[in-house]
Amino acid sequence: MIVSPRKIITVCCLFFCLLLGVILASLSLGAAKIGLPQVLRILIHHAVYFDSPLGPEGLIIISVRLPRILLAGLVGAALAVAGCSFQALLRNPLADPYILGVSSGSALGAVLAILVGFSATSFGMPLASFCGAMITVMLVFHVGKVGRSLHTNTLLLAGVIISSFFSAIIMFVISVVQNEDLSKIVFWLMGDFSSSSYHFILIILPYIVGGIGAIYFNARGLNLILMGEETAVQLGSDVERLKKMAYIFASLITAAGVSVCGLIGFVGLIIPHSVRMLLGPDHRLLIPASTLVGACFLIGSDTIARTIAAPTELPVGAVTATFGAPFFIYLLKRRKV
Amino acid sequence: MASIDVKEISFRYIAQWVIEDLSFRVKGGEFWGIIGPNGSGKTTLLKILSGLIKPQRGRVLIDGDELRRMKRPDIAKKVAVVPQETQISFPFTSLEVVLMGRSPYLGRLQFEGRDDFEVTERAMRLTDTLQFSRRPVSELSGGERQRIFIARALAQEPEIILLDEPTSNLDISHQVEFYDLISRLNREKNLTILTVSHDINLASEYCQKIILLSGGRIFKMGSPREVVAEESIRQVYGSRVLVDENPVTKSPRITLLRKEPSYNGTPEAQVK
Repeated sequence: MIVSPRKIITVCCLFFCLLLGVILASLSLGAAKIGLPQVLRILIHHAVYFDSPLGPEGLIIISVRLPRILLAGLVGAALAVAGCSFQALLRNPLADPYILGVSSGSALGAVLAILVGFSATSFGMPLASFCGAMITVMLVFHVGKVGRSLHTNTLLLAGVIISSFFSAIIMFVISVVQNEDLSKIVFWLMGDFSSSSYHFILIILPYIVGGIGAIYFNARGLNLILMGEETAVQLGSDVERLKKMAYIFASLITAAGVSVCGLIGFVGLIIPHSVRMLLGPDHRLLIPASTLVGACFLIGSDTIARTIAAPTELPVGAVTATFGAPFFIYLLKRRKV
Repeated sequence: MASIDVKEISFRYIAQWVIEDLSFRVKGGEFWGIIGPNGSGKTTLLKILSGLIKPQRGRVLIDGDELRRMKRPDIAKKVAVVPQETQISFPFTSLEVVLMGRSPYLGRLQFEGRDDFEVTERAMRLTDTLQFSRRPVSELSGGERQRIFIARALAQEPEIILLDEPTSNLDISHQVEFYDLISRLNREKNLTILTVSHDINLASEYCQKIILLSGGRIFKMGSPREVVAEESIRQVYGSRVLVDENPVTKSPRITLLRKEPSYNGTPEAQVK
């Protein structure tokens, strides 16, 4: 019931085993059938003889499926933790990582990158969408600031307004410009891991690990904020610093995740929720557990996305929404959030 | 036993002074009440005393230490606040909420230790809340939830407890139960109590001293007998009341009088 270090370690070990299971299952599933023993043999062989050339199956496992799985796991973890922070910051259990406009900013960045031909290089779109997201974050932050303090209601309004403004620009661009590349944006808006590579993983890893670490470092403060901002101050925490921290780092990890794979909905909403229903609302346990469950969920969803209608690939966002939307309605109806 | 010294404080949000040139001294172990109409500055005063906002002029001393210079956790170890009825939309259990009272004592990544659990358990026993420690606070009744908030305040091991209209959403039996508990804590644990109340009768029943605020200034301050008087209430609230004595406890008691004459024509209501 009460969170203790022992409980956190036990829960994390369990979920980590689950994550390993999901990764192995996902490695073996796909167009080319590769059995689990074979997958393990290839992984071990590659780990021991790192430089040895890969066979055809090795190539599929190590160069195609593994980076995609690792990237999906990283993004899933980032979105889940960002969801936890936004829900605490806004004291609203129905908030998600995109609620303050990160999504529209990064989409605008991606659209502009396509427009100027910047998307021809593999880093063009991620870079542009990350910049778009961070500019939005700063903009919303400055609009949402009243004096020196961050006003959550003003922040929410600023997010919604800036977000719809950017969406309008995106619509304008899409309808005015005749560019065949713009069809890419449709995939991007629904989430897409098909262009995953180890480079992307290495680039976003420090942001996501650092961001989750910074948020976890303030986990108890996030609990206090849920008692009300004034109460949190009266219990000895520096709420203004805490709110800024939660906002900046949650936005940062969302932007980092979104930049490499596009907008994937519902992960940041339903994972914190499900974990909270299972383990309680204490962020000291909620954050590490959501990290692992978020990773499992998105790896699973992406596996479904690339296998269910093979050889055609579904956008992963369609899969998460298929699970997410009914679950969300269930939560709304149950009203015990 | 910690004292509160308020020295010539003034506070304004924008242009208008909400608190103006206020001074008083609450000695350690005393039980004070603050009454006054809406907008007279009661809640603002409480926010200043808990360090939530800083007065533009004047000083507040908690047990001789300047409040402005104290660190947040150090304030929280001395001064605890029981809020008005608050909604908590996340499923924290009562025990988890009371344990949060220990946070000023804990380092950033430190977990509650054995003595934190002991303090918490004692606080919950005192407030008779142990039996619902596993239940979510959101499922408790208003009266039970207010007791949980007292328990959380006690878990802070404070010397001063500030209460902000703590019984405004409780029925009469829970109001009395609540103030009985506070009054017992005041006597047995020597806690200094300062409560903001809309209920003048409750304040005059339980408090040793009462401050009557009007427009951010002290209109009158003293024992309930000195403050709760027909003339002062009429001047500050602009409403006519009848003040007599509680027949059992002898503390002053007010009776509200309607402004329009009543149809059954009670003589008091028609006095010009």
